[in-house]
Amino acid sequence: MTSKFFLACLAAASLASAEVKVIQNATIMSESAKGTFNGSIVVRDGKIIEVGQHVTVPPGATVIDASGQWVIPGIIDCHAHIGVDGGVNEGSVSVSSMVNIKDVINPEDIAIYRALSGGVTSMNVLHGSANAIGGQTIVLKTRWGSDAQGMIFEGAKPGIKFALGENPKRQGNPEGGARGGAPVNVRYPATRMGVEDVIREAFNEAVLYKAQWDAYDKAVAAGQHPLPPRKDLKLESLKEVLEGKRLVHAHCYRSDEILMLIRVADDYGFKIATFQHVLEGYKVAKEIAAHGGGASTFSDWWGYKSEAYDAIAYNAALLAKKGVLVSVNSDSLNGELMRRLNLEAAKGMKYGGMTREEALAMVTINPAKQLGVQDRVGSIEVGKDADMVIYDKDPLSIYSKVQKVLIDGTQYFDRDTDVSGRGAKEQEKQKLIQEEKAEDAKTASPRRRAQ
Amino acid sequence: MKKLITSLLFCCLGALAQAPPTAVAISNAKIVTISGATITKGTVVVRDGLIEAVGDNITPPADALIIDGAGLTVYPGLIDGLSTVGIPAPATPTRGGRGAGAAAATAAAPPAPHSNGPEDRPMTTSWIKAADEIQPTDHRIETARNEGFTTAVVFPTVGIFGGQGSIIDLAGVKTENMVLVPAVGQYIAMRTNPNGFPDALMGVISYVRQTYMDAGYYKLSKEVYANDPRGMKRPEYNRALEGILESKRILLPAERLVEMDRMLRFAAELKQPVILYGLHQGYRAADLLKKNNAVVLVSLKWPEKPRDTDPDDEDSLRVLEERKKAPSTPAVLQKAGIKFAFYTDGVEQPRDLQRAVKAAIDQGLSREEAVRAFTLSPAEIYGVADRLGSIEKGKIANLLVTRGELFDDRTKVEMVFVDGVKHVPAPEPAGRGTATETAGGGVNQ
Repeated sequence: MTSKFFLACLAAASLASAEVKVIQNATIMSESAKGTFNGSIVVRDGKIIEVGQHVTVPPGATVIDASGQWVIPGIIDCHAHIGVDGGVNEGSVSVSSMVNIKDVINPEDIAIYRALSGGVTSMNVLHGSANAIGGQTIVLKTRWGSDAQGMIFEGAKPGIKFALGENPKRQGNPEGGARGGAPVNVRYPATRMGVEDVIREAFNEAVLYKAQWDAYDKAVAAGQHPLPPRKDLKLESLKEVLEGKRLVHAHCYRSDEILMLIRVADDYGFKIATFQHVLEGYKVAKEIAAHGGGASTFSDWWGYKSEAYDAIAYNAALLAKKGVLVSVNSDSLNGELMRRLNLEAAKGMKYGGMTREEALAMVTINPAKQLGVQDRVGSIEVGKDADMVIYDKDPLSIYSKVQKVLIDGTQYFDRDTDVSGRGAKEQEKQKLIQEEKAEDAKTASPRRRAQ
Repeated sequence: MKKLITSLLFCCLGALAQAPPTAVAISNAKIVTISGATITKGTVVVRDGLIEAVGDNITPPADALIIDGAGLTVYPGLIDGLSTVGIPAPATPTRGGRGAGAAAATAAAPPAPHSNGPEDRPMTTSWIKAADEIQPTDHRIETARNEGFTTAVVFPTVGIFGGQGSIIDLAGVKTENMVLVPAVGQYIAMRTNPNGFPDALMGVISYVRQTYMDAGYYKLSKEVYANDPRGMKRPEYNRALEGILESKRILLPAERLVEMDRMLRFAAELKQPVILYGLHQGYRAADLLKKNNAVVLVSLKWPEKPRDTDPDDEDSLRVLEERKKAPSTPAVLQKAGIKFAFYTDGVEQPRDLQRAVKAAIDQGLSREEAVRAFTLSPAEIYGVADRLGSIEKGKIANLLVTRGELFDDRTKVEMVFVDGVKHVPAPEPAGRGTATETAGGGVNQ
C-alpha cells in the first residue's frame, strides 16, 4: 500500500511542470567559457536556472546524484530521416517543395527511441535527396511518448531540402533509372548542369509568384479588393526562402557544385543555411565562410559513392579553421549511427586536433546555431531548455554509456528502467505468441479434420 | 356479346377475389427495433416498401400475406457503412499488384498518364458518383444480401480522390430503384502513384491540400465572374474541382493511432466534416477521438497473422498487441461514447462476418451496440436515420429476419426485405459448388 502510494507520488511528480530537479556533483561539459568542471545544475519548469560548482538546492527538489558521472547538453543531429511515415523522398518530380515532413511525422518510429537512448534530444528531420529541390523539413525534439505535435520543436525555423550531384540526377539516367527492379520514368535532369537549371527555373517562377503576391498585398493595403493570385504550395515555400523565412539545407558533395549553389543563391538573394555532407567542403572553405553558410558533414566516411572519393577525415577541422560553423550529422534512417554521434564528434580530436569542447560543439551548440535555436538549446547555461544527457564515463570515450536523458527537464530515457524492463517485455511477447498459437490450433483443427 | 361481357365481368370479379396480397405481416416474431425497446412477440406490417406498423398488439390487415414469425427475429436490414458492392471491380491494378490478374488488368486498361505534379490531378475521379456506376447484376449484391445486408454505402475507391459515395438498396432490377441517396461524400485514400507524382505519403497529403485550396479558389473565381463577367477571363471548367466542391463530407483512412491524429488534424485544416475509416488501433484512441468528437467506421477485417511465414520469425510486441487488441476497438469506442459504425472491408462470407463481429462481442462490445453499428449508427452517420436503420412506422421496409440471435454461430438468415420485397437466401454455396463440379465433369467426358 505504502509503495503504491509512493509510486503514485513519483508519477505525479514527474508530470508536474513546476517540478524542480537538481543534477548533483557531475562532471559538466559544455561549450561555454567555463570549460569542463565539477558541479551541479538546477532545473525548474523545464529550464536551467542555475549552473555552478555550488548551487542552492531548493526545498522539495528531486535530486539526481550524478557523482562520478558526466553531463553534456542534449545532442543535436542536423541531418536525420527518422520518424517519417510513408517515404522520405517525394522523388517523382525534380522540385517537390510542396511536400512537408511535418505532415508525416511518426512519433512511434522506434528509431526515435534509439536516437534518444544515444543522447539525441533535437534533430533536423529532412526530406531525402532524390531531387534538386526537395520537401520542407522540420526540427523535432525526441520527446518519446508524445504525439506528432508534441515532438515539434516549437519556435524552430522551418527548412527546405536541396540536393546536388548524383542523387538528383540519377533518375535522369536511362540506365540508372530503376527503382525496386522496375524501370521508372526518366526524369530531368541527368547532369549537374541540369540540376542548376532546375533550381534556377524554380526560383524564376518563385520570383514571379512573389511579385504577384506583393502586388496583391499592396493593392489590399491600398483599400482595393482584387482577386488574389492562386496559392501554389510548391512556390509558397520557395517564396519563404526568398523572404528569408525558411532555411535551406543543401545536400552536396563536390566543390564545383558547392560553388555553383553559392552563385545561384547570390543571384536570387537568399542564403544557404547549411551545406549538408559537403565532403569536398575543405577545398572551398573560404567561399563557404564568405557566403555565411554552415557545414554539416560526416566524421570520416569515404568512398561510398563516386562523389565521395575526395573525402578526407580532416574536412570538419579544416572547415572550422577557415571560420565555417561545422556540425557532424548521422543522415540516419534507422537511428543507428544517430545514437553514437558523441563518438562521431570525438573523431574531430583525432583528425585535426580539435579540443574536447570544439569536438563536442559539433553535435551540440554548432548544429543549434545552424538551426537557429542556439538561444534555446546546445549548451548548459542558465535560461536554456533543460535538455541534457548523463553519461557514466567521459562522453567522448567509446566506453561511455548514456544513463539518463532529460528534455525540457523531463526524463525521457533511463538506462536502468530500460534494461530492467526488457525481461517483462519479452515475457509479454512470448505470452501473446503462445496465445496466438493456441488460438490457431483451435480454429485450424476442424478444417484439418474435414480434410 | 352479352355472354362475353358476363364472362369478362366474371373474370374480373374472380381476379379481385384472388387479388395478390398488397402487404406482408410478420407476426409472432421477436422484433429488435433498435430505436425503441425490443418486442418479444409482435408484428411488423410492410406495405408499398414502407413499414406500415410495428408493435406487440397489431392486427395484420386483411389483405396481408401473413408470415408466421414464431421462432424468428426481425432486425432492421444491415447497412454496410463503406463498401464497393455493385461497382464492377476496378480495371486498374493498385500499386504492388502482382501476378497474372494484375498483369491482365494492366493490359486491359490504358496506362495512366504520367503525373508531373498536382496540376495533373493524378488518381482523381472526384466527380464520379457511385450511383452512376452500380450494376444491379453484380453477384456481390446477392452475397451481401445473404449476409443480411439490405443497404450499402458504396464508394468508388480507385485512386486518391475515388469519387462520391451513394447509399443503395441491395436489390433492384434497375440502378434507379436501388439508389437512396446519390451523393454522401468524397472517398479519399492515401495512395501513392505508380506513375509519377505523388510517390510518397507526404506527396499525397500535399496534393490533397493543394486540391482543396484550388477548389476554394475555383469557387471564388466563379463567384466573381458570375457577379460581373465583363472584362474578366472566364474561369476554366474543372470537373475534378467541381467534384470536390459537390462533396459535403470526406472519408479519410486511419488505421493507426498516429494516422487518426494526423487525419483529424488534416480534416480540420481542410475545414471538411470527416469520417475516419479503418480504426484497427481504435482501442488506443478513445481520448483522441472523444476530444475531436470524431465519427468513425471500423473495419471488420481484423489484422491476422500472415499465412506461410517463417515459423522462426517472431513478430514485434507492437504487431502482436495490435492483432490481439484490434477487435476490442468497438467496445472501447462504445464505452467512450464515440459514434461508430462497422464496414465489412471485404469480409464477404456470412461465416467470416459472424466471426469478426463475435470477436468484438467477446472483447466487450454489447450485442445491441453490435447490431446498432450495422443499422442505426451508419444511418445517423450519413444523415438518413429518418428513413433507415430501425424498425419504425414510416421508415423504409428494409428488414432482416433470422432464426437465432444475430452474430451467433448457428444463426441463419431466413429472409431479408429490401424496399418491402422479400428475398430468401439461396442455399449454402455448397449447392453452387456441386453445380460447378457437374459442369466440369461434363467437359471431362
